Amino acid sequence: MLSQLRTLWTVLQHTFTKADTVEYPDVMPYLPPRYRARIVLTRDPDGEERCVACNLCAAACPVDCIALQKTEDDEGRWYPEWFRINFSRCVVCGLCEEACPTHAIQLTPDFEYCEYNRQNMVYEKEDLLISGTGKYHDYNFYRIAGKAISGKDKGQARNEEQPINIKSLLP
Amino acid sequence: MNTAILIATVLICLLSLAALLIWLERRLLGIWQDRLGPNRVGFLGLGQVVADMIKIFTKEDWIPPFADKGIFILAPTIVVIAMLMAFAVVPFAPDTSISNLNIGLLFFLAMSSLAAYSVMLGGYASNNKYALLGSLRAAAQTVSYEVFMGLSLMGVVLLTGSFNMSDIVLAQKEHGWFVFSQFVGFIVFLVAGIAESHRLPFDLPEAEHEIVAGFHTEYSGMKFGLFFIGEYLGVALISAVITTLFFGGWLGPEFMPPLFWFCLKTFIFICFFVLLRAAVPRPRYDQLMMFGWKVMLPISLLNLLITAALTLARAS
Repeated sequence: MLSQLRTLWTVLQHTFTKADTVEYPDVMPYLPPRYRARIVLTRDPDGEERCVACNLCAAACPVDCIALQKTEDDEGRWYPEWFRINFSRCVVCGLCEEACPTHAIQLTPDFEYCEYNRQNMVYEKEDLLISGTGKYHDYNFYRIAGKAISGKDKGQARNEEQPINIKSLLP
Repeated sequence: MNTAILIATVLICLLSLAALLIWLERRLLGIWQDRLGPNRVGFLGLGQVVADMIKIFTKEDWIPPFADKGIFILAPTIVVIAMLMAFAVVPFAPDTSISNLNIGLLFFLAMSSLAAYSVMLGGYASNNKYALLGSLRAAAQTVSYEVFMGLSLMGVVLLTGSFNMSDIVLAQKEHGWFVFSQFVGFIVFLVAGIAESHRLPFDLPEAEHEIVAGFHTEYSGMKFGLFFIGEYLGVALISAVITTLFFGGWLGPEFMPPLFWFCLKTFIFICFFVLLRAAVPRPRYDQLMMFGWKVMLPISLLNLLITAALTLARAS
């Protein structure tokens, strides 16, 4: 009996306790500036797609929500023919961002991408591509990597030495 | 003519109060559980009442094919009618009660007992084992708690010398609130009142965690709504009667009208009912029965005996 009265008193004291409820749409929570949620595909400083369709993000994804198909343009650059992320599966773990060798796939602070129609949660390449460089402003994969594309031959990349002629004996 | 206006006013006030209590309860429970409760619809969430009404009126009103149709429809109306009838003898202010019955208190007891039929018949007519279990519990609970509910009030009647509710209020003007001289009676009546209105911690007839929803398992739409309104009317009725019998009814300082004091005291008790729901867990069924017969009944008998002896001693 006494414990019940004490319970009543304890609960009554909660009249003056602040509610724990977060009134989300009215009061937006503070998100750190580098909060990672919705996935985007970025472009390099020249405005070309950074994605080289290596499939590493799709392999890293624990819920298999990324799918893409590689293709090549006339210059020899690889790019995804189509790139599809099913956000209804995505768990925003960020493993794809870590796996990406070209800083193409990046996570942004936007977390409000609810849809009434489930099919609208599937984002195609047009929906994912942004026009900017994202977090890494100067990084340009093809200017650093050794792969030859038109306008940049072997040995012309940044910090890259000219290839050695292995057929010649001259120094 | 005056009585007709009074009846209409009381009826409208009570029915809207019952609807409002749903909102009040949800908000208060929210406050005490460190939540907010419904606050989206309208000012302070008051529009929730209207939304709930629209919802419950437009819901499918389904009678299961295996139910006993006549009784099934009749059952929910009994509780509302009985509770509304019981309000007829409650004095809201000096000379303001629908019926100034000489046996007002007995009438209240009779009406609140009739409400038990609603639960019992509802459970029986549903033809569902959970509903039947719920109504069985309700029947046993009512039988045990009705006994000392009446007995606990006899102390007040002895001190007043009348069953008339208005006389009881007036007697408290000279005598002081009966909660002081009849404290045991007050406690016993409070417990019995909670059990009578099937509120937590005595809501075993509908105990969600054990028997689905008890007696109203098969009810939907407005029939379920009537059970609900009946329950809230019961809460309001018990609060009003406690106020009248033990806390001086409409008596209070002069600077506010008597009706204000009556409503304030009743409101505090309604809040107390909600607090009970927020805080106290439900007892096991045998514990409930044991508590009723082995603790509350002897206490109320003792209280009656001592009060009677003291009254006799003072009279002689």
